[in-house]
Amino acid sequence: MHSTYTIIFYVFSFISVYVQIFFLLTFFEKRKKIVQHGDIMELKYYPTVTIAVPVYNEEATIAKTVKSLLALDYPKDKIKIFIVDDGSKDNTVGVVQEFKDNPNIVILQKENGGKHTAVNLALMRTDSEFFGCLDSDSLVHPQALKRIMSYFQNDGRTMAVAPSIIVYDPKNVLQYAQSVEYDMSIYTKKMLGFMGGIHVAPGPFSIFRKKVFDELGLYRKAHNTEDQEIALRMQEHGYKIDHCPDAYVYTNSPDSVMKLYRQRLRWIYGFIKNLIDYKRLLFRKEYGTVALFTLPSGIISIFGVIFLFVNIVANIIKFIYNKIIQIQTIGFSHIFSLHYKFDWFFLNTKAALFFSVILYILVIVSVVIGKKLAGKSKFSFSIFYFVIIYSVIAPFWMLRAIYNAIISKESNWAMERRVIK
Amino acid sequence: MHQHEPNDWKKYVIVLFITTAIFVSGLWFSSYLGNKKIDQLKTVEGSISLDLMSSETQFSLMGELSCKDVSTTVLSSELNSLADKITYSENNIGNNNTDVISLKKYYSLLEIKDYLLMKQITQRCGQKSVFILYFYKNDNCNDCTKQGYVLTSLRETYPNLRVYSFDYNLDVSAIDAMKSIYKVPDNLPALVINGKVYSGLQNVDEIVKNFPELETIKVDVPTTPSTTTPKSTTKTTTKTPAPTVKTN
Repeated sequence: MHSTYTIIFYVFSFISVYVQIFFLLTFFEKRKKIVQHGDIMELKYYPTVTIAVPVYNEEATIAKTVKSLLALDYPKDKIKIFIVDDGSKDNTVGVVQEFKDNPNIVILQKENGGKHTAVNLALMRTDSEFFGCLDSDSLVHPQALKRIMSYFQNDGRTMAVAPSIIVYDPKNVLQYAQSVEYDMSIYTKKMLGFMGGIHVAPGPFSIFRKKVFDELGLYRKAHNTEDQEIALRMQEHGYKIDHCPDAYVYTNSPDSVMKLYRQRLRWIYGFIKNLIDYKRLLFRKEYGTVALFTLPSGIISIFGVIFLFVNIVANIIKFIYNKIIQIQTIGFSHIFSLHYKFDWFFLNTKAALFFSVILYILVIVSVVIGKKLAGKSKFSFSIFYFVIIYSVIAPFWMLRAIYNAIISKESNWAMERRVIK
Repeated sequence: MHQHEPNDWKKYVIVLFITTAIFVSGLWFSSYLGNKKIDQLKTVEGSISLDLMSSETQFSLMGELSCKDVSTTVLSSELNSLADKITYSENNIGNNNTDVISLKKYYSLLEIKDYLLMKQITQRCGQKSVFILYFYKNDNCNDCTKQGYVLTSLRETYPNLRVYSFDYNLDVSAIDAMKSIYKVPDNLPALVINGKVYSGLQNVDEIVKNFPELETIKVDVPTTPSTTTPKSTTKTTTKTPAPTVKTN
């Protein structure tokens, strides 16, 4: 007879393996459709595009972000950059003045009201055919916009295209771990794109047809994860969201555990709250992959990580408890005596281990494919940082996010600003 | 009017099929290896049984031999690792598994045979020895865990000490007979040390104080591999050097 723990473990493992196999099968089925553009490409037609850069106390980063936008390989008469100051208290407004004479740049100022209000101000002031935004902790690849626009030209049904986000200049172990995660996301996002199941149009440089907002309305606060909410709103109305794997956006990742914790707390909290807001989509076949696959697997991943973590902690506590009992009973004399001799008999042959190994192999395959899509071919040991660090700290933000969701305590986006060096 | 991509039901089913195939293979493979391990234990037990029978036969012939030809070091070193493996199997294959229970019963019988043989050898040859019969249960017995630590510790200090461990609730008539002979109470853990019965947890100091002869067996002997108490929940390691009759 299997214990309850084993059965729950099998259920989580089964679903996790199912998800990974789903991605892998999609990859083999569609891999020839993954386009990697060359350095030089031309579009049949260059529509007008507005990029909004919402800023709040970003004096250290804003100039570099704007310069990367100005360096985009796109006709200058077709692109507008709206820098929207959301009531900064530092010298952000002073810094952006250096761009005030640039005909591509419009500087707007408003009272502080949150990121979504800043982006919406730009949305209301533009009549471009396409609209996107870029967080001021990110830089864009010069070809990113052209590559994204090619998706709109190739498929008139495409309403939004998400870019590939890459960690900018990782320096410490934590950032290398995030780099692996982001690379893996390129793969999963592309596969979700093929399946019509993208549930986030990331803040950094997702481009939309402007009519999406005309038809569905402006950005909402959406628990400080407006990029999730707009994607879910689009999915609800059957708007197609695609992903352009070689439209690279370089984002500065949190460089400390606390900053990463705050960021992920906001993301997971937002996911849970948006999921509650859009629960009507869940398991409804008319809403497609996002309802049948993306959102359910997101829920499972949260509970799966927490389940494993609780189990590991329980085992550690049990081990320590037994050691304490042992010390209380016989003292320290024989606590550390070992008469260990290797014997194949003691090799773990439980099915659970077999499933874990399969799952880890599938995750490694995901990372390898993601790295390839990110244009990185070199194998690195960062994957081990990723597995170890995320196994240890991810449960904390997931647990906290669930707790916060229950008591409805929101996280603050502006608290986690990073600096592009 | 915007439309979702049509649901690819075929792919959902194919992926379900592949995932199920992986899981069934995993369960089968794990079960296959588990059975291999049980087969290995059965072989070991068969080998030990043969050794014991051989020793008993040799002992019967011993009347014609002198005690200096008798060694009490290792009867069968495999008896030692067998206990570890049975404990491991209880934890990993399951302590309700019929094969594991059967192996454990057989192991208990081997222990009893070894105990009886060694008692006779030491009596006939006038050797000093201390035998501990340890009765435990797997569930709801924290003191059994502690007693296991105590006995393991004693074994580290007195390598010649013989500890034989028995699951009180194991359905073996020979164990029942021992319980009856020594009047072992159900207040566990219980120890029978050189014929005297002790109920409840006995710590190291108490045992050493009550059995000063332990000091006399604290001799330099080659440390043999340990015998582990098969006890699924507590992983108690009560180590016993199994004796051997050595004849020329």
